Amino acid sequence: MSVKVRIPTQLRALAGGAGEVQVEGATVGDALKALDAAHPGFGERLFDESGNLRRFVNVFMGEEDIRFLSGLGTPVPDGAVVSVVPAVAGG
Amino acid sequence: MKKGPFVQGLRCRECGRGYPAEALHVCEWCFGPLEVVYDYEAIAASISRQSVAAGPKTIWRYADLLPASPDGAVDLGAGLTPLLRADRLGAELGLSDLWLKNDTVNPTGSFKDRVVSVALTRARELGFKVAACASTGNLANSVAAHAARAGMRSVVCIPADLERPKVVTTAVFGGVLVAVNGNYDEVNRLCAELASEYPTWAFVNVNVRSYYAEGSKTLAFEVAEQLGWKVPDHVVVPIASGSQLTKVAKGFREMFKVGLLDEEPAVRISGAQAQGCSPVAAAFDSGADFIRPVRPSGIAKSLAIGDPADGAYALDEVRRSGGAVAAVTDDEIVDGIRLLARTEGIFAETAGGVTIGVLAKLAASGVVKPNERVVAFITGNGLKTLDAVAAECGPTVTVAPKLEDFQAALGVADWQ
Repeated sequence: MSVKVRIPTQLRALAGGAGEVQVEGATVGDALKALDAAHPGFGERLFDESGNLRRFVNVFMGEEDIRFLSGLGTPVPDGAVVSVVPAVAGG
Repeated sequence: MKKGPFVQGLRCRECGRGYPAEALHVCEWCFGPLEVVYDYEAIAASISRQSVAAGPKTIWRYADLLPASPDGAVDLGAGLTPLLRADRLGAELGLSDLWLKNDTVNPTGSFKDRVVSVALTRARELGFKVAACASTGNLANSVAAHAARAGMRSVVCIPADLERPKVVTTAVFGGVLVAVNGNYDEVNRLCAELASEYPTWAFVNVNVRSYYAEGSKTLAFEVAEQLGWKVPDHVVVPIASGSQLTKVAKGFREMFKVGLLDEEPAVRISGAQAQGCSPVAAAFDSGADFIRPVRPSGIAKSLAIGDPADGAYALDEVRRSGGAVAAVTDDEIVDGIRLLARTEGIFAETAGGVTIGVLAKLAASGVVKPNERVVAFITGNGLKTLDAVAAECGPTVTVAPKLEDFQAALGVADWQ
Protein backbone atom coordinates (compact mmCIF):
# COMPACT_ATOMS: atom_id res chain seq x y z
CA MET A 1 0.00 0.00 0.00
CA SER A 2 1.23 3.47 -0.79
CA VAL A 3 0.94 5.69 2.28
CA LYS A 4 1.58 9.36 2.81
CA VAL A 5 3.23 10.14 6.18
CA ARG A 6 2.93 13.69 7.45
CA ILE A 7 5.96 14.85 9.42
CA PRO A 8 5.89 17.48 12.20
CA THR A 9 8.34 20.39 12.19
CA GLN A 10 10.53 18.77 14.83
CA LEU A 11 11.42 15.84 12.54
CA ARG A 12 11.47 17.45 9.11
CA ALA A 13 15.25 17.82 9.10
CA LEU A 14 15.46 14.01 8.98
CA ALA A 15 13.53 14.02 5.72
CA GLY A 16 15.49 16.82 4.11
CA GLY A 17 12.93 19.38 5.27
CA ALA A 18 9.93 17.63 3.72
CA GLY A 19 6.56 17.84 5.49
CA GLU A 20 5.26 14.69 3.76
CA VAL A 21 6.93 11.46 2.71
CA GLN A 22 5.46 8.70 0.52
CA VAL A 23 6.19 5.16 1.74
CA GLU A 24 4.91 1.58 1.34
CA GLY A 25 3.38 -0.48 4.13
CA ALA A 26 0.37 -2.62 5.08
CA THR A 27 0.03 -1.30 8.63
CA VAL A 28 0.81 1.95 10.42
CA GLY A 29 3.80 0.25 12.06
CA ASP A 30 5.10 -0.94 8.67
CA ALA A 31 4.71 2.54 7.21
CA LEU A 32 6.72 4.09 10.04
CA LYS A 33 9.42 1.40 9.65
CA ALA A 34 9.54 2.15 5.93
CA LEU A 35 9.93 5.83 6.81
CA ASP A 36 12.96 4.96 8.95
CA ALA A 37 14.40 2.83 6.14
CA ALA A 38 14.03 5.68 3.66
CA HIS A 39 15.26 8.34 6.08
CA PRO A 40 17.38 6.74 8.80
CA GLY A 41 16.89 8.33 12.22
CA PHE A 42 13.10 8.35 12.37
CA GLY A 43 12.98 5.04 14.22
CA GLU A 44 14.89 6.12 17.31
CA ARG A 45 12.94 9.36 17.48
CA LEU A 46 9.50 7.75 17.26
CA PHE A 47 10.09 4.54 19.22
CA ASP A 48 11.58 3.81 22.63
CA GLU A 49 14.04 1.00 23.40
CA SER A 50 11.24 -1.58 23.63
CA GLY A 51 9.89 -0.67 20.23
CA ASN A 52 6.81 1.11 21.54
CA LEU A 53 5.82 4.54 20.33
CA ARG A 54 7.29 7.16 22.63
CA ARG A 55 4.91 8.50 25.24
CA PHE A 56 4.61 11.96 23.68
CA VAL A 57 4.22 10.88 20.06
CA ASN A 58 0.68 10.66 18.71
CA VAL A 59 -0.04 8.93 15.42
CA PHE A 60 -3.21 9.33 13.39
CA MET A 61 -4.53 7.20 10.54
CA GLY A 62 -6.59 9.67 8.58
CA GLU A 63 -8.54 11.57 11.22
CA GLU A 64 -8.35 8.86 13.90
CA ASP A 65 -5.87 8.45 16.75
CA ILE A 66 -4.45 4.93 16.29
CA ARG A 67 -5.01 4.26 20.01
CA PHE A 68 -8.73 4.19 19.13
CA LEU A 69 -7.94 1.74 16.29
CA SER A 70 -5.49 -1.16 16.47
CA GLY A 71 -2.37 0.80 17.40
CA LEU A 72 0.67 0.17 15.24
CA GLY A 73 -1.13 -2.88 13.80
CA THR A 74 -3.84 -0.68 12.26
CA PRO A 75 -4.15 -1.60 8.56
CA VAL A 76 -3.62 1.24 6.11
CA PRO A 77 -5.66 1.36 2.91
CA ASP A 78 -3.93 2.43 -0.30
CA GLY A 79 -3.55 6.20 -0.41
CA ALA A 80 -4.01 6.58 3.34
CA VAL A 81 -2.51 9.51 5.23
CA VAL A 82 -0.65 8.76 8.46
CA SER A 83 0.18 11.80 10.60
CA VAL A 84 2.81 12.04 13.32
CA VAL A 85 1.84 14.79 15.77
CA PRO A 86 3.51 15.86 19.01
CA ALA A 87 1.24 14.97 21.93
CA VAL A 88 2.19 17.93 24.07
CA ALA A 89 -0.37 20.59 23.24
CA GLY A 90 -3.55 22.03 24.55
CA GLY A 91 -5.18 22.60 27.87
CA MET B 1 16.25 48.82 37.93
CA LYS B 2 14.68 46.34 35.56
CA LYS B 3 14.63 42.85 37.02
CA GLY B 4 14.41 39.43 35.53
CA PRO B 5 13.09 37.37 34.03
CA PHE B 6 15.41 34.87 35.62
CA VAL B 7 15.08 32.39 32.80
CA GLN B 8 18.08 30.31 31.83
CA GLY B 9 16.46 28.32 29.03
CA LEU B 10 14.15 25.39 28.42
CA ARG B 11 14.69 21.75 29.32
CA CYS B 12 12.94 18.55 28.28
CA ARG B 13 11.04 17.09 31.19
CA GLU B 14 11.56 13.58 29.82
CA CYS B 15 15.17 13.38 28.60
CA GLY B 16 16.72 16.53 30.06
CA ARG B 17 18.00 18.02 26.79
CA GLY B 18 18.42 21.78 26.96
CA TYR B 19 17.05 24.41 24.57
CA PRO B 20 17.16 28.21 24.31
CA ALA B 21 14.20 30.19 25.68
CA GLU B 22 12.44 30.52 22.33
CA ALA B 23 9.05 29.50 20.95
CA LEU B 24 9.64 25.80 21.46
CA HIS B 25 7.43 23.46 23.43
CA VAL B 26 8.46 19.96 22.41
CA CYS B 27 11.82 18.22 22.66
CA GLU B 28 13.14 17.58 19.18
CA TRP B 29 14.59 14.33 20.35
CA CYS B 30 11.85 12.55 22.30
CA PHE B 31 8.82 14.86 21.91
CA GLY B 32 8.68 15.41 25.69
CA PRO B 33 7.41 18.74 27.01
CA LEU B 34 9.89 21.57 27.51
CA GLU B 35 9.94 23.29 30.89
CA VAL B 36 11.29 26.70 31.77
CA VAL B 37 14.58 26.58 33.71
CA TYR B 38 15.12 29.38 36.25
CA ASP B 39 18.06 30.66 38.20
CA TYR B 40 16.50 30.07 41.62
CA GLU B 41 19.45 31.47 43.52
CA ALA B 42 19.10 34.78 41.75
CA ILE B 43 15.33 34.73 42.30
CA ALA B 44 15.82 33.99 46.00
CA ALA B 45 18.13 37.00 46.22
CA SER B 46 15.55 39.20 44.49
CA ILE B 47 12.20 38.11 45.88
CA SER B 48 10.84 38.47 49.40
CA ARG B 49 7.46 38.57 51.09
CA GLN B 50 7.87 42.34 51.22
CA SER B 51 8.73 42.68 47.53
CA VAL B 52 5.71 40.59 46.60
CA ALA B 53 3.41 42.57 48.89
CA ALA B 54 4.67 45.81 47.34
CA GLY B 55 3.99 44.54 43.81
CA PRO B 56 0.92 44.99 41.62
CA LYS B 57 -2.36 43.39 42.68
CA THR B 58 -2.13 40.93 39.80
CA ILE B 59 -0.18 37.80 38.91
CA TRP B 60 2.71 40.13 38.06
CA ARG B 61 3.51 40.57 41.76
CA TYR B 62 5.20 37.18 41.19
CA ALA B 63 7.07 38.28 38.07
CA ASP B 64 10.38 36.96 39.43
CA LEU B 65 8.94 33.44 39.20
CA LEU B 66 7.39 33.94 35.74
CA PRO B 67 9.12 33.52 32.37
CA ALA B 68 8.44 37.01 31.01
CA SER B 69 9.21 40.56 32.01
CA PRO B 70 6.53 42.53 33.86
CA ASP B 71 7.53 45.66 31.98
CA GLY B 72 5.06 45.96 29.16
CA ALA B 73 3.10 42.88 30.24
CA VAL B 74 -0.08 42.08 28.33
CA ASP B 75 -2.22 42.71 31.37
CA LEU B 76 -5.94 42.97 32.00
CA GLY B 77 -5.45 42.55 35.75
CA ALA B 78 -5.54 38.77 36.09
CA GLY B 79 -4.84 37.26 39.47
CA LEU B 80 -4.87 38.08 43.17
CA THR B 81 -8.43 36.82 43.25
CA PRO B 82 -10.20 36.32 46.60
CA LEU B 83 -9.42 33.37 48.83
CA LEU B 84 -12.62 32.96 50.82
CA ARG B 85 -13.20 30.94 53.94
CA ALA B 86 -16.23 28.74 53.21
CA ASP B 87 -17.82 27.81 56.51
CA ARG B 88 -21.34 27.29 55.18
CA LEU B 89 -20.21 24.96 52.39
CA GLY B 90 -17.80 23.34 54.81
CA ALA B 91 -20.65 22.60 57.23
CA GLU B 92 -22.61 20.89 54.42
CA LEU B 93 -19.61 18.72 53.54
CA GLY B 94 -18.35 18.07 57.08
CA LEU B 95 -15.16 20.11 56.60
CA SER B 96 -14.10 22.52 59.31
CA ASP B 97 -11.42 24.53 57.49
CA LEU B 98 -12.52 24.89 53.87
CA TRP B 99 -11.43 27.73 51.59
CA LEU B 100 -12.32 28.68 48.03
CA LYS B 101 -9.95 30.29 45.54
CA ASN B 102 -12.46 32.30 43.54
CA ASP B 103 -10.95 32.60 40.08
CA THR B 104 -14.35 33.29 38.54
CA VAL B 105 -13.63 37.00 39.03
CA ASN B 106 -10.68 37.22 36.67
CA PRO B 107 -11.00 39.71 33.77
CA THR B 108 -12.62 37.22 31.38
CA GLY B 109 -14.10 35.05 34.09
CA SER B 110 -11.63 32.19 34.39
CA PHE B 111 -8.14 31.21 35.54
CA LYS B 112 -7.07 31.23 31.89
CA ASP B 113 -6.33 34.94 32.19
CA ARG B 114 -3.33 33.98 34.31
CA VAL B 115 -1.75 31.76 31.69
CA VAL B 116 -2.68 33.95 28.74
CA SER B 117 -1.23 37.09 30.30
CA VAL B 118 2.08 35.24 30.70
CA ALA B 119 1.92 33.59 27.27
CA LEU B 120 1.19 36.73 25.29
CA THR B 121 3.69 38.80 27.25
CA ARG B 122 6.34 36.25 26.33
CA ALA B 123 5.00 35.97 22.77
CA ARG B 124 5.36 39.71 22.31
CA GLU B 125 8.91 39.59 23.68
CA LEU B 126 9.66 36.93 21.08
CA GLY B 127 8.30 39.19 18.34
CA PHE B 128 4.96 37.49 17.60
CA LYS B 129 2.12 39.63 16.29
CA VAL B 130 -0.59 36.98 16.06
CA ALA B 131 -2.05 35.15 19.07
CA ALA B 132 -3.75 31.79 18.50
CA CYS B 133 -5.07 28.84 20.46
CA ALA B 134 -7.18 25.69 20.56
CA SER B 135 -9.81 26.17 23.22
CA THR B 136 -12.72 24.64 25.07
CA GLY B 137 -14.01 28.19 25.60
CA ASN B 138 -12.39 29.84 28.59
CA LEU B 139 -9.08 30.10 26.82
CA ALA B 140 -10.85 31.44 23.73
CA ASN B 141 -12.32 34.30 25.76
CA SER B 142 -9.01 35.09 27.33
CA VAL B 143 -6.82 34.95 24.22
CA ALA B 144 -9.26 37.10 22.22
CA ALA B 145 -9.46 39.67 25.03
CA HIS B 146 -5.75 39.86 25.80
CA ALA B 147 -4.90 40.02 22.09
CA ALA B 148 -7.32 42.92 21.70
CA ARG B 149 -5.71 44.65 24.66
CA ALA B 150 -2.25 44.11 23.19
CA GLY B 151 -3.22 45.16 19.67
CA MET B 152 -2.37 41.68 18.37
CA ARG B 153 -4.43 39.78 15.84
CA SER B 154 -6.01 36.61 17.16
CA VAL B 155 -7.02 33.29 15.65
CA VAL B 156 -9.03 31.18 18.07
CA CYS B 157 -10.13 27.63 17.24
CA ILE B 158 -13.04 26.07 19.15
CA PRO B 159 -15.22 22.97 18.80
CA ALA B 160 -18.33 24.02 16.86
CA ASP B 161 -20.66 22.69 19.60
CA LEU B 162 -19.31 25.01 22.29
CA GLU B 163 -21.72 26.74 24.69
CA ARG B 164 -23.23 29.81 23.02
CA PRO B 165 -22.12 32.29 25.73
CA LYS B 166 -18.48 31.31 25.23
CA VAL B 167 -18.81 31.86 21.49
CA VAL B 168 -20.29 35.34 21.98
CA THR B 169 -17.81 36.34 24.67
CA THR B 170 -14.96 35.43 22.35
CA ALA B 171 -16.28 36.89 19.11
CA VAL B 172 -17.03 40.25 20.71
CA PHE B 173 -13.31 40.98 20.93
CA GLY B 174 -13.08 41.09 17.16
CA GLY B 175 -10.50 38.43 16.35
CA VAL B 176 -10.85 35.52 13.97
CA LEU B 177 -12.96 32.78 15.57
CA VAL B 178 -12.83 29.40 13.84
CA ALA B 179 -15.54 26.89 14.76
CA VAL B 180 -14.19 23.42 13.96
CA ASN B 181 -16.53 20.50 13.33
CA GLY B 182 -14.88 18.18 15.82
CA ASN B 183 -14.22 17.72 19.52
CA TYR B 184 -11.52 19.53 21.46
CA ASP B 185 -8.90 16.86 20.85
CA GLU B 186 -9.47 17.22 17.13
CA VAL B 187 -9.22 21.01 17.36
CA ASN B 188 -6.05 20.58 19.38
CA ARG B 189 -4.53 18.28 16.80
CA LEU B 190 -5.42 20.76 14.05
CA CYS B 191 -3.66 23.51 16.00
CA ALA B 192 -0.61 21.33 16.62
CA GLU B 193 -0.38 20.94 12.82
CA LEU B 194 -1.15 24.61 12.18
CA ALA B 195 1.68 25.59 14.51
CA SER B 196 4.05 23.81 12.11
CA GLU B 197 2.59 25.62 9.10
CA TYR B 198 2.30 29.09 10.64
CA PRO B 199 5.49 29.55 12.67
CA THR B 200 4.88 33.30 12.99
CA TRP B 201 1.75 32.72 15.08
CA ALA B 202 1.98 32.29 18.83
CA PHE B 203 -0.35 29.40 19.70
CA VAL B 204 -0.50 29.94 23.44
CA ASN B 205 -1.07 26.26 24.21
CA VAL B 206 1.18 24.88 21.49
CA ASN B 207 4.43 26.63 20.56
CA VAL B 208 4.52 28.97 23.58
CA ARG B 209 2.94 26.45 25.94
CA SER B 210 6.09 26.15 28.05
CA TYR B 211 5.67 29.79 29.11
CA TYR B 212 1.89 29.76 29.16
CA ALA B 213 1.64 26.86 31.59
CA GLU B 214 3.84 28.64 34.12
CA GLY B 215 1.05 31.16 34.72
CA SER B 216 -0.91 28.56 36.69
CA LYS B 217 1.76 28.56 39.39
CA THR B 218 0.38 31.91 40.53
CA LEU B 219 -2.67 30.07 41.92
CA ALA B 220 -0.39 28.35 44.43
CA PHE B 221 1.63 31.49 45.13
CA GLU B 222 -1.47 33.52 45.93
CA VAL B 223 -3.10 30.85 48.08
CA ALA B 224 -0.03 30.55 50.29
CA GLU B 225 0.37 34.33 50.49
CA GLN B 226 -3.32 34.77 51.36
CA LEU B 227 -3.01 32.15 54.10
CA GLY B 228 -0.23 34.17 55.71
CA TRP B 229 2.65 32.50 53.85
CA LYS B 230 1.49 29.03 54.80
CA VAL B 231 0.35 26.25 52.52
CA PRO B 232 -2.96 24.42 52.95
CA ASP B 233 -3.03 20.73 53.85
CA HIS B 234 -4.96 19.73 50.76
CA VAL B 235 -6.02 21.32 47.47
CA VAL B 236 -8.68 20.13 45.02
CA VAL B 237 -7.98 21.12 41.42
CA PRO B 238 -10.00 20.37 38.27
CA ILE B 239 -8.18 18.35 35.60
CA ALA B 240 -8.53 18.97 31.86
CA SER B 241 -5.03 18.72 30.37
CA GLY B 242 -3.57 18.29 33.86
CA SER B 243 -1.34 21.33 33.42
CA GLN B 244 -2.98 23.47 36.09
CA LEU B 245 -2.71 20.77 38.76
CA THR B 246 0.91 20.06 37.87
CA LYS B 247 1.83 23.74 38.02
CA VAL B 248 0.02 24.32 41.32
CA ALA B 249 2.20 21.59 42.82
CA LYS B 250 5.29 23.16 41.27
CA GLY B 251 4.30 26.58 42.57
CA PHE B 252 4.25 25.47 46.21
CA ARG B 253 7.67 23.84 45.81
CA GLU B 254 9.15 26.92 44.18
CA MET B 255 7.96 29.19 46.99
CA PHE B 256 10.00 27.16 49.45
CA LYS B 257 12.97 27.06 47.07
CA VAL B 258 13.16 30.85 46.86
CA GLY B 259 12.57 31.44 50.56
CA LEU B 260 8.92 32.56 50.59
CA LEU B 261 7.92 29.61 52.80
CA ASP B 262 9.64 28.65 56.05
CA GLU B 263 8.99 24.93 55.77
CA GLU B 264 9.12 22.53 52.89
CA PRO B 265 5.49 22.25 51.79
CA ALA B 266 3.62 18.96 52.01
CA VAL B 267 0.35 19.68 50.25
CA ARG B 268 -1.95 16.82 49.34
CA ILE B 269 -3.24 17.36 45.82
CA SER B 270 -6.47 15.87 44.53
CA GLY B 271 -7.88 16.11 41.03
CA ALA B 272 -11.45 16.53 39.82
CA GLN B 273 -12.90 15.25 36.55
CA ALA B 274 -16.33 14.75 35.03
CA GLN B 275 -17.38 11.18 34.31
CA GLY B 276 -18.02 12.19 30.70
CA CYS B 277 -14.26 12.71 30.34
CA SER B 278 -12.28 11.07 33.11
CA PRO B 279 -9.14 9.47 31.65
CA VAL B 280 -6.99 10.59 34.59
CA ALA B 281 -9.49 9.37 37.20
CA ALA B 282 -9.68 6.05 35.35
CA ALA B 283 -5.88 5.70 35.41
CA PHE B 284 -5.83 6.61 39.11
CA ASP B 285 -8.45 3.95 39.87
CA SER B 286 -6.76 1.24 37.84
CA GLY B 287 -3.27 1.94 39.12
CA ALA B 288 -1.98 2.65 35.62
CA ASP B 289 0.88 5.12 35.13
CA PHE B 290 -0.24 6.07 31.62
CA ILE B 291 -3.41 7.69 30.34
CA ARG B 292 -5.71 5.91 27.94
CA PRO B 293 -7.44 8.58 25.84
CA VAL B 294 -11.24 8.76 25.79
CA ARG B 295 -13.91 10.45 23.68
CA PRO B 296 -15.46 13.17 25.84
CA SER B 297 -19.16 13.64 26.49
CA GLY B 298 -21.28 15.50 29.05
CA ILE B 299 -21.81 19.07 30.16
CA ALA B 300 -18.35 19.92 31.50
CA LYS B 301 -17.04 21.11 28.16
CA SER B 302 -14.27 23.25 29.61
CA LEU B 303 -12.69 20.06 30.99
CA ALA B 304 -13.42 17.90 27.94
CA ILE B 305 -9.90 16.90 26.95
CA GLY B 306 -9.88 13.19 26.14
CA ASP B 307 -6.13 13.05 25.56
CA PRO B 308 -4.64 15.21 28.32
CA ALA B 309 -1.07 16.31 27.57
CA ASP B 310 -0.07 16.52 31.23
CA GLY B 311 -2.33 13.75 32.47
CA ALA B 312 0.50 11.43 33.49
CA TYR B 313 2.30 14.22 35.32
CA ALA B 314 -0.88 15.22 37.15
CA LEU B 315 -1.40 11.59 38.14
CA ASP B 316 2.14 11.48 39.45
CA GLU B 317 1.69 14.64 41.58
CA VAL B 318 -1.55 13.30 43.03
CA ARG B 319 -0.06 9.92 43.94
CA ARG B 320 3.15 11.36 45.35
CA SER B 321 1.23 13.77 47.57
CA GLY B 322 -1.27 11.24 48.89
CA GLY B 323 -4.28 12.74 47.12
CA ALA B 324 -6.84 11.14 44.83
CA VAL B 325 -8.57 11.72 41.51
CA ALA B 326 -12.33 11.25 41.36
CA ALA B 327 -15.07 11.90 38.82
CA VAL B 328 -18.69 13.03 39.07
CA THR B 329 -21.77 12.68 36.88
CA ASP B 330 -23.49 15.53 35.06
CA ASP B 331 -26.22 15.57 37.72
CA GLU B 332 -23.61 15.81 40.45
CA ILE B 333 -21.96 18.68 38.55
CA VAL B 334 -25.22 20.62 38.50
CA ASP B 335 -25.74 19.83 42.19
CA GLY B 336 -22.22 21.11 42.88
CA ILE B 337 -22.84 24.38 41.03
CA ARG B 338 -26.07 24.94 42.95
CA LEU B 339 -24.61 23.94 46.32
CA LEU B 340 -21.71 26.36 45.90
CA ALA B 341 -24.04 29.15 44.81
CA ARG B 342 -26.55 28.49 47.60
CA THR B 343 -24.01 28.26 50.42
CA GLU B 344 -21.29 30.70 49.42
CA GLY B 345 -22.67 33.09 46.82
CA ILE B 346 -20.32 32.04 44.06
CA PHE B 347 -21.71 31.10 40.66
CA ALA B 348 -19.27 28.76 38.95
CA GLU B 349 -19.29 27.22 35.50
CA THR B 350 -19.46 23.46 35.06
CA ALA B 351 -15.79 22.97 35.97
CA GLY B 352 -16.56 24.50 39.38
CA GLY B 353 -19.44 22.07 39.75
CA VAL B 354 -16.99 19.27 39.00
CA THR B 355 -14.61 20.53 41.67
CA ILE B 356 -17.31 20.91 44.32
CA GLY B 357 -18.87 17.56 43.38
CA VAL B 358 -15.54 15.78 43.70
CA LEU B 359 -14.73 17.64 46.93
CA ALA B 360 -18.04 16.37 48.35
CA LYS B 361 -17.25 12.87 47.21
CA LEU B 362 -13.73 12.86 48.64
CA ALA B 363 -14.98 14.35 51.91
CA ALA B 364 -17.64 11.63 52.16
CA SER B 365 -15.11 8.88 51.48
CA GLY B 366 -12.61 10.29 53.98
CA VAL B 367 -9.88 11.11 51.46
CA VAL B 368 -10.34 14.77 52.36
CA LYS B 369 -10.23 14.77 56.16
CA PRO B 370 -12.68 16.80 58.29
CA ASN B 371 -10.02 18.93 59.95
CA GLU B 372 -7.68 19.46 57.05
CA ARG B 373 -7.22 22.98 55.74
CA VAL B 374 -8.60 22.49 52.24
CA VAL B 375 -8.58 24.88 49.29
CA ALA B 376 -10.85 24.19 46.31
CA PHE B 377 -10.07 26.00 43.07
CA ILE B 378 -13.15 27.52 41.44
CA THR B 379 -11.77 28.33 38.03
CA GLY B 380 -14.58 29.67 35.84
CA ASN B 381 -17.68 31.87 35.98
CA GLY B 382 -21.19 30.41 35.83
CA LEU B 383 -22.42 32.98 33.33
CA LYS B 384 -20.41 31.09 30.72
CA THR B 385 -22.44 27.90 31.11
CA LEU B 386 -25.94 29.16 31.93
CA ASP B 387 -27.58 26.25 30.14
CA ALA B 388 -26.22 23.81 32.71
CA VAL B 389 -28.56 25.15 35.38
CA ALA B 390 -31.12 27.10 33.33
CA ALA B 391 -33.75 24.37 33.52
CA GLU B 392 -33.70 24.37 37.31
CA CYS B 393 -33.20 28.06 37.95
CA GLY B 394 -36.10 30.43 37.31
CA PRO B 395 -38.54 32.58 39.23
CA THR B 396 -39.87 30.98 42.43
CA VAL B 397 -43.32 32.38 41.60
CA THR B 398 -44.80 34.91 39.19
CA VAL B 399 -47.23 37.37 40.71
CA ALA B 400 -49.30 40.42 39.83
CA PRO B 401 -47.82 43.72 41.09
CA LYS B 402 -50.05 43.63 44.17
CA LEU B 403 -49.16 43.24 47.85
CA GLU B 404 -51.88 40.64 48.51
CA ASP B 405 -50.80 38.57 45.54
CA PHE B 406 -47.19 38.58 46.70
CA GLN B 407 -48.11 37.57 50.25
CA ALA B 408 -50.53 34.89 49.13
CA ALA B 409 -48.03 33.39 46.73
CA LEU B 410 -45.00 33.37 49.00
CA GLY B 411 -46.24 33.16 52.56
CA VAL B 412 -43.02 34.79 53.76
CA ALA B 413 -44.58 37.45 55.96
CA ASP B 414 -42.77 36.12 59.01
CA TRP B 415 -39.24 36.35 57.53
CA GLN B 416 -37.09 38.60 59.67
